Parts: sequence; structure tokens; C-alpha cells
Amino acid sequence: MKFKKILPQFLTLLFIVLIFGFFTMNAQENMDTRGIEFGFGFLSKEASFDIQFSLIDYDGSMSYGRAYLVGLLNTLLVSFIGIILSTILGIIIGVARLSPNYLINKTASFYVEFFRNVPLLLQIFFWYFAALRALPMPEDASLFFGSSYMTIKGLYTVAPVWNNFDIFFIALIIAIIVIFFFNKFAKKKQEEEGKQYPKFFISLGIFIIIPAITFIVGGVDLSWSFPELKQLAKTSFTYEGGMGIPPELIALTLALTLYTATFIAENVRAGIQGVGKGQKEAAASIGLTPSQVLKLVIMPQALRIIIPPTTNQYLNLTKNSSLAAAIAYPDLVLVFAGTAMMQTGRAIEIVGITMATYLTISLAISMFMNWYNKRIAIQEK
Amino acid sequence: MFKYVKQLTSLVAMIAVLFTFTTETMAAKKSKTLKNTQKKGFVRCGVSQGLPGFSNADAAGNWTGVDVDVCRAVAAAVLGDANKVKFTPLSAKERFTALTSGEIDILSRNTTWTLSRDADIGLTFVGVNFYDGQGFMVRKDSGITSTSQFKDGISACTNIGTTTELNMRDFFNSKGISYTPVAFEKADEVVAAYDAGRCDTYTTDKSGLAAQRTKMTNPDDHMVLPETISKEPLGPVVRQGDSVWEDIVRWSLNTMIEAEEYGVTSANADSMKTSDNPQIKRLVGAEGEMGAAFGLDNEWNLRIIKQVGNYGESYKRNIADTGILPDRGPNELWTKGGILYVPPSR
Repeated sequence: MKFKKILPQFLTLLFIVLIFGFFTMNAQENMDTRGIEFGFGFLSKEASFDIQFSLIDYDGSMSYGRAYLVGLLNTLLVSFIGIILSTILGIIIGVARLSPNYLINKTASFYVEFFRNVPLLLQIFFWYFAALRALPMPEDASLFFGSSYMTIKGLYTVAPVWNNFDIFFIALIIAIIVIFFFNKFAKKKQEEEGKQYPKFFISLGIFIIIPAITFIVGGVDLSWSFPELKQLAKTSFTYEGGMGIPPELIALTLALTLYTATFIAENVRAGIQGVGKGQKEAAASIGLTPSQVLKLVIMPQALRIIIPPTTNQYLNLTKNSSLAAAIAYPDLVLVFAGTAMMQTGRAIEIVGITMATYLTISLAISMFMNWYNKRIAIQEK
Repeated sequence: MFKYVKQLTSLVAMIAVLFTFTTETMAAKKSKTLKNTQKKGFVRCGVSQGLPGFSNADAAGNWTGVDVDVCRAVAAAVLGDANKVKFTPLSAKERFTALTSGEIDILSRNTTWTLSRDADIGLTFVGVNFYDGQGFMVRKDSGITSTSQFKDGISACTNIGTTTELNMRDFFNSKGISYTPVAFEKADEVVAAYDAGRCDTYTTDKSGLAAQRTKMTNPDDHMVLPETISKEPLGPVVRQGDSVWEDIVRWSLNTMIEAEEYGVTSANADSMKTSDNPQIKRLVGAEGEMGAAFGLDNEWNLRIIKQVGNYGESYKRNIADTGILPDRGPNELWTKGGILYVPPSR
């Protein structure tokens, strides 16, 4: 009887293998007749195209592998900023939707309904082209925050120029480790002796003081480089020095943030509304302060409703960042699955690598969020 | 056991279908493309997403342009009707994959013939229907009149997936100028961004610049600089591995160019049948068996000239009369100071 159980499964598996085999064989045969070779050797060949914006050192004389890395980092950058900003905005809007204040409440619901119901690509185009048209040319830009210029060619702002940055960086890591152990110690003290420390302020102090010491004894030095207007031609200007953030990155971040924040806001609202009113009243009745009620009673219960759907939004944001190609932000899709694919003609290999990369990023985010969800979940006793 | 008989039979049937499919694809070897085209009744042609003069659709969806005419010529030769073409608009990035995967049979999309494309990625270029070169467009009020006035920090808009990105790098590197490339996926966005002032210059093939200039808010505010920084021979492409189809496309284009050389036009083609010149008679199918080698009838070339016209007519209709590039430059016949020279049909 075991045989009867296994047979259908075996046949299904065989069938799947056959289908894959068929497609692989067909692809191979077609590639053979057209003289296309399969392989990843192209990754070490010279890319010979330049990229507008890169977090690492790159120019066209480097390899396609390096270009891939540039695209990957740009994708990660926009996803990371997008996730942080949309979470902050999402929480604010989500809480605002529950506000008893009519104006705040209605503004928040209008925002949610508007931004989640307009296609994202349109929003990206809107922010990019509308903003481009609205921004001044470099020579007309006015100064803000003392040293930044917002122009059609991007945001030009001050750039830090470090001396012995590595020492400073190590000090930062040490500070984080110290804070970690301090918090562990504080928690233990509280559990054993009921003694409470002002954890936040002490942590902040450590975070500032340890790196600050390196300025005095470590030879760390920080100066600033300011953007300066440069004339290219009679009516054409740009800025030199400082740090230039391309308008493509700004528009993409803005669009992704505003779009994703609407969904996160709804998750937050659902989470808070999902916690029974009695919970809050019971917590208050045993003498917890309002902030303790929120921190110890409401949030732990709300978060388990908020986090799983929010993970989905983080994944969506990361995948949606591939729309960057439309507005020239050099992300993975534009650089690698775009230019590099065209120059090498290695469609199967490059699409394969790109898909595997997005899968890896998404799984990593999922894993992190699942871990976090488990950590903060209420341990039922 | 009987429970699974039904599932088993359907499974076996599906596998059988898969195998017959495979053996069929292996058996049909000799000009599969021609056979398929005649069976379908239309030529599948890949074109641009809208480049005036080369391949552009009007509001009613009618395609015109010199690239479009190459596909129409093939349709006239193979199917007898220049209108039996199905056009697929493709981005620069999609075009080769669409061709190698068999989604289209001719790629006639202002595509530059280069060694690596011809040799590497399973494509065969069949000829040149437009000699072009990469140039730069700038705003007139910038006062720039030559690329020698470019300075460090200049930003250049272009689109990805083209030889443009590579030429641009070679050019700026050789001049030692640092620049910011802003590369978009589609040409319309490049135009919009450059027009808004995102970039100081817009670079692509000069024919493309001339065509896209007509799409700007104020075309007269912009000018194309005189320098040409690369050779860009544009021409139709077919898949590697079907030499008969390759020949049909090549000689359809050659026929158009040769017809101009001998003064055969869409208007006088029929009367040329009685010409004294055997070369002309061969061009209009009145002498020799010029179509037999492709498996076509004898009047395939006459149909091309009658329905599409010769190269000069096509150029005038699409590029000169529309004001894109009134001067034919290198795209003039070799007998008139240009470099258009095709092997003889005989």
C-alpha cells in the first residue's frame, strides 16, 4: 500500500523533471543553432560603460561583476532608505488616522486613499518630471541649511572629509557593543533587584562620548567640503565639491516612501485597533503610566498584528525599486539587466543572476522580520 | 490501482505531446522562417517605439519610416503585399532577445552593426540602410558650438542598451573630461529629462537627435553639434542560422538601393520591363530567374519597387520631406558622392 502512496508523488516529480529537461534541452538546442554560448565568463570582462551614481569606486574600465555590485548596492540603498522612511511615515499616518481630531484624521485618510490608489510608476514619473520642472537651474538655486542647494541636477550638500575615519568607525562599533552589554546588565539588575536605570540617556551618552574621545586622542579629524557653483558654458552651470545626490534617487525614494507608507499606515491602524480596549484600562488600573501602558501592554500585542503584513510591504518596496529603470536611477535592473545585458547579449545568465539576487534580498528581509517578530512576540505562559 | 489510470494516461499523453513537439522542431530545418511567414500570412517585424523618419506610428497605428520600409519590402517580396507586416515596437534592451527568441523575424530598428553583436549574440546583420554617427545636442543659448567647449562636470542624457553609452565613454575619456552619464530606458524619457534641463547635452545617433529635436517643446532652442564621434552603420538584423531568410532580407534592401541607382521608381517600374538595359530588366523580373534561389517567383523585386518604391523615394518620403535630415549626406548613392553601394543583382 506504501507503493500506492508513493507512485503519484514519484510521477509528479518525474513530470516536473521532464518539463524542466524539455525546456533546458530546447533552450540549449536553440542557442546552439544560433551560435550562442552559455557561461558566466563575461562577468570578469571589461564593462566599458560608466554609471551615473555609485557607492563604491567604479569606472568603465572595471568588470561587469563590479558593475553588478554597483547596481546591487544602489538597489539596496534606495530600499533601505525607503523602508526606514516609509516605516516612520507609516506609523505617523497610522496613528493620525485614529486621532480624535477631525482635521488630522481626515487628512490622513485622504493621504492613504490617494497614494495607495494611484499606480506607482505614475507616481515615480510625477515626482521625477514634475519635480524636475519645478526645481531651479543650478545658477538660480538658493542656499538652504547654510550650505545646500536643491537644483534640477540634484541636491548639492556638504560632504564630510574624514581623517583616520577607520579609528572613528571602530570607536562607533565599540560604543554599540558597550551599549549592548550595559542594557543586558540593566535588565538583569531590574529583574533581580527591581532597580531601574535611565537606560536611554546612558546609552545615548555612551554613543556620543566614546567616538568623541577619538577626536581628542585618536587623531580623527573632520572637515567639510562645500559645493561651489561652476560655469560650464554661457547658460550652463553645475556644482563642484561637496556631495551631489541625483534627482533620480530623490524622486524614487519619495515615490516609494509615499506609496508604501500608506499600506504600513493601514497595518499600524489595524494593529492598534486590534488590541482590546479592556487591555488598556486594565493596565492603567494597576498603576502603569501611559507610556508604560503603550510600551508594555499595547505595543507588544499590536506588533504581532502589524509585523507580518508590514514584512510584505518591505518586500514590495524592494521589488518595486526596480521601476528605477524608467527614470535613470542606476539600480540593479538598469545597470545589470539593462546595459550589461545589452552589451553582452547574455540574456539567460543575466536574468537568472538578477532573479536570484532579488530572491536573496527578499528572503534576507523575510528572515530578519521573522526573527524580529519571534523576538517581540508575547510568550504565552 | 485503477484509481490512477486516468491520471496516468493523461500524463503519458502530455509527455507524448512534448516529444512530438521536439522532434518536429528538429525536422524542420531549411528556411523555417520563410515557411512560417508564408503560413502565417504576415512578416513579423521589430521596430522602435517611435523614432520619426525611421519607424514611427501615426495616431491611426500606421507605421512609416525607412526601417519600416525594409520590412514592407520583404512582405512585398515574400507575400505579395507590402501591408502584410505585423510591427512589434521594442526598446533597445528588448530588441535582440525578441529576435533570438523567435518573437520577430526581422529586426529593423536603427540598430548599429558592430563586430560583437554580429559575432557574439546569435545575430546576423544583412546590410546598411542608413549611415549614421553619434553626435551631441545642446541648447543654443548655452553658446556651445563645438564639443571642444565641453568642460569637466558636464552631464549627458542618453538611453541604455545602445552603443551610445560606450562611444560616449570613449569620447570623454579621450578628451580627459569628467562627465555624468544619465541613462534612461526609453527615448521619450531622455527627451523629457533633457528638455527640462536635467542634462547639459543629449547624445545619440545624429539621425536620432534630428528626429527627437522635433519632439522638444521648442525645437529651435536646440542644435546638433557638428562633430561626429563614431561610425554607426544602421541596418536590419535577422537570426543566425537561416541563411535563406537572411538572403531574402539582404536582397530586398539591395533591390531598393539598386533600383534608385538605375532610375527605377514605383511609378515607372512596369514600363521598365521593356528596357534595353539587361540590368534593369533583371531588377523588374523581366529577365533571368532571380527569385528561384530564395524559393520566390520572378517578380519579387518588381513588387518591392512598385509597392514600396526605391531607396531614394523612401528616404524622401520619410526623412527629407518630414524635415528631419533634408541633406542625404553619406546616404546618397556612390554615383552621386555618397557611400551607398550595393552588390549587383545578377
